[in-house]
Amino acid sequence: MRQHAIRAVGLLAVVVGAGWASIGSASATTAPYQDDKVHIVGGLEDTRTDPPTPVAGVLIQVYDEQDELVGEDRSNAKGRFDIPLPGTSIDVLGNSYRVVLDDETLPEDSYLTDPDDVERTFDIKTDQNYAVNFDIGPDIFAEDPWYERTADLAVSGIVLGLLLALASLGLSLVFGTTGLTNFSHGELFSFGALAAYFFDSEFGTPLILAAIIAILLSAGLGWAQDAGLWRPLRRRGTGIIAMMIISIGLSLFLRNLYQYFIGPDPHNYSDYTAVEPWTIGPIEITPKDLAAALICAAVLVLVSIVVTRTRLGKATRAVADNPALAASSGINVDRVVTLVWVSGTALAGLGGIMFGLTQGFDYQVGYKVLLLMFAAVILGGLGTIWGVMAGSLIVGLAVEESALFVSAEFKYALALGVLIIVLLVRPQGLLGRRERIG
Amino acid sequence: MSWLDVLTGAFEQGIGPTAVYFCLAAIGLNIHFGYTGLLNFGQAAFMMVAAYCLSSFVSTWDINFWIGIITGLGAAAVLALLMGVPTLRLRADYLAIVTIAGAEAIRQILGAASLSEYFGGQTGRSGFVTTYQSLNPFDSSIGISIGSFEVNWRPYDFFVMLTGWSLVVICSVVIFLLARSPWGRVLKAIREDEDAVRSLGKNVYSYKMQALMIGGLIGALAGFMSAFASASTAPSDFATDTTFFAWTILLLGGAARVLGPIAGTIIFWFFISGLELFFIKATLPGEEIIPESIMDPNQASLVRLIVLGLVLMLLMIYRPQGIFGDRRELAIDGR
Repeated sequence: MRQHAIRAVGLLAVVVGAGWASIGSASATTAPYQDDKVHIVGGLEDTRTDPPTPVAGVLIQVYDEQDELVGEDRSNAKGRFDIPLPGTSIDVLGNSYRVVLDDETLPEDSYLTDPDDVERTFDIKTDQNYAVNFDIGPDIFAEDPWYERTADLAVSGIVLGLLLALASLGLSLVFGTTGLTNFSHGELFSFGALAAYFFDSEFGTPLILAAIIAILLSAGLGWAQDAGLWRPLRRRGTGIIAMMIISIGLSLFLRNLYQYFIGPDPHNYSDYTAVEPWTIGPIEITPKDLAAALICAAVLVLVSIVVTRTRLGKATRAVADNPALAASSGINVDRVVTLVWVSGTALAGLGGIMFGLTQGFDYQVGYKVLLLMFAAVILGGLGTIWGVMAGSLIVGLAVEESALFVSAEFKYALALGVLIIVLLVRPQGLLGRRERIG
Repeated sequence: MSWLDVLTGAFEQGIGPTAVYFCLAAIGLNIHFGYTGLLNFGQAAFMMVAAYCLSSFVSTWDINFWIGIITGLGAAAVLALLMGVPTLRLRADYLAIVTIAGAEAIRQILGAASLSEYFGGQTGRSGFVTTYQSLNPFDSSIGISIGSFEVNWRPYDFFVMLTGWSLVVICSVVIFLLARSPWGRVLKAIREDEDAVRSLGKNVYSYKMQALMIGGLIGALAGFMSAFASASTAPSDFATDTTFFAWTILLLGGAARVLGPIAGTIIFWFFISGLELFFIKATLPGEEIIPESIMDPNQASLVRLIVLGLVLMLLMIYRPQGIFGDRRELAIDGR
């Protein structure tokens, strides 16, 4: 669906603020200016073709606060426009300007994505050039009929749901076996993504190998966390509420430590960057999304087999169901809890790597996903295994399909809405038991 | 680098405009957690809705400042209802989950680009403090100097501090009286043993809701003070860190103590500001004490957040009653 878009891409002469960093692929083509003026720059191009064809002859005008025209330009043969603001950069600092695209001058076959979106107002806050961008061409979604969009979103919803299931299992099982709602679980998710990134970027390890090392490290982190922190606290009889606050402290500590080492910017792995999607019937899926979905599904099946067929798996379910009863029937609860920490952290780490592969990541990726995990776990039933898998798929689908109705910025708020409705209607979740909740 | 600069800077901030609003936020949490045992992990949400009500009313819709204040308080009460109704009948974790998630979700809504004409997106809103500023009677900077130890606050900052600390005193007196009243004793009883209180015929749910609201309203005051202190409201002011700075202050001073949040604020904010100033000065380009390969100025500003997490953990592990709390009274290990 994306390759049908015609888009005007604002080119950056100089990156202005972090928010602009991702715009435009040809930013190096605009030379830096030496005239101590602030320029309004941008470029219009039609991305339906490869390489994109420039859109020339479009009139762009700049007005100041008094609505006086202070400069104009037409996009040239390369689709570019460049309007110097009057006065030096010091003169214009702090002023507000309005950039207007004259839609009458657009070529016959192209039009604005949003017909009303012809102007931008902004304040000059630095002495650097200012990039503007207008989306022209048909709305990238409007072209696809609703059922294709629904299908496409369902695909991303299932991918997200499988990822969530993987990541939330540890959260749910730690709760089931120890009663702890672990607020630092998101950081374990980030750990996988970041550890793989470390080997990928520092040593150029192939991603698959880096991922395997990262999962092993995650498992090690899970073991170390249980042995070094949580088990001593349990032995001492520290209360659940105190442990929750400790987990919050751990979460803040780890998250900011991650930022200390990798900085605030988003990252991607160097492998598998191609995004050309495959079309299978009515749906489109990128190979790496498909791979991530298949890996997650395979691991979930494996986990299901382990917990239903092996002695240790059955013991885990027994402890998650009722730790005291399990202990009295001769199950070594401490060993099971250690196992849950190790495997839960490893699964969260794998989830983080897969998320990083499909959507990119930063230091707080896990914290952002934690809200979705909570929604999934509570919908499915805290402490359950099957409930979590079902809840994750539902939350994943609901969150992605919401793009049909609301802006993607509200994804997380929507997950909270799901969470509150579940708590009002069926607080124990789909498969949870009533006596656990209050 | 001069140690005196670090010391005076830390003192300036230890009781400065920022410390004040964290103190108010912690007082609100004290009602939630200290007296009632509620785990509100989203105090920032109460601050945020109140601050944004004020800032958007005045600067987006040009409505009277005082109406903004009243609506802000109302919004915090409504938020308490929204978060309390689904969770207060359930185990303690559910309130914790909903508040931490709610705070983050509200922050994303208020910071959304598609709503920026109302709330200003990531830059937030400013230019709403003129009414408040017009009340400021001070016109020269105010400070204390003892020998070479000299601290100074700008007149506006001092006015913010004065307003804030007055609110702190008023809230503390109210809490002192409330905690001694029969109503306050029910709250403490709920914290200790909910079922026992229920068996005496008290409506536990309703008491918890009242506590959540009152603490949330004090959180709203904290939100206003944060908006005044920076003369702006931005989503980054109300991140999860904000809530847990307040938590750490409360737990350090001692929960369920009227003076706990005040003592906690002064000690913790002095310590954390001193730490931050030290690392910022130690990494200052050109006169580094710590080599840049280990820590650059951006990383220096993260140290206080890393330390925040550590302090919170260590406090809960080794001294959950804080400096002035009573371990027997606060049966935090009881559940």
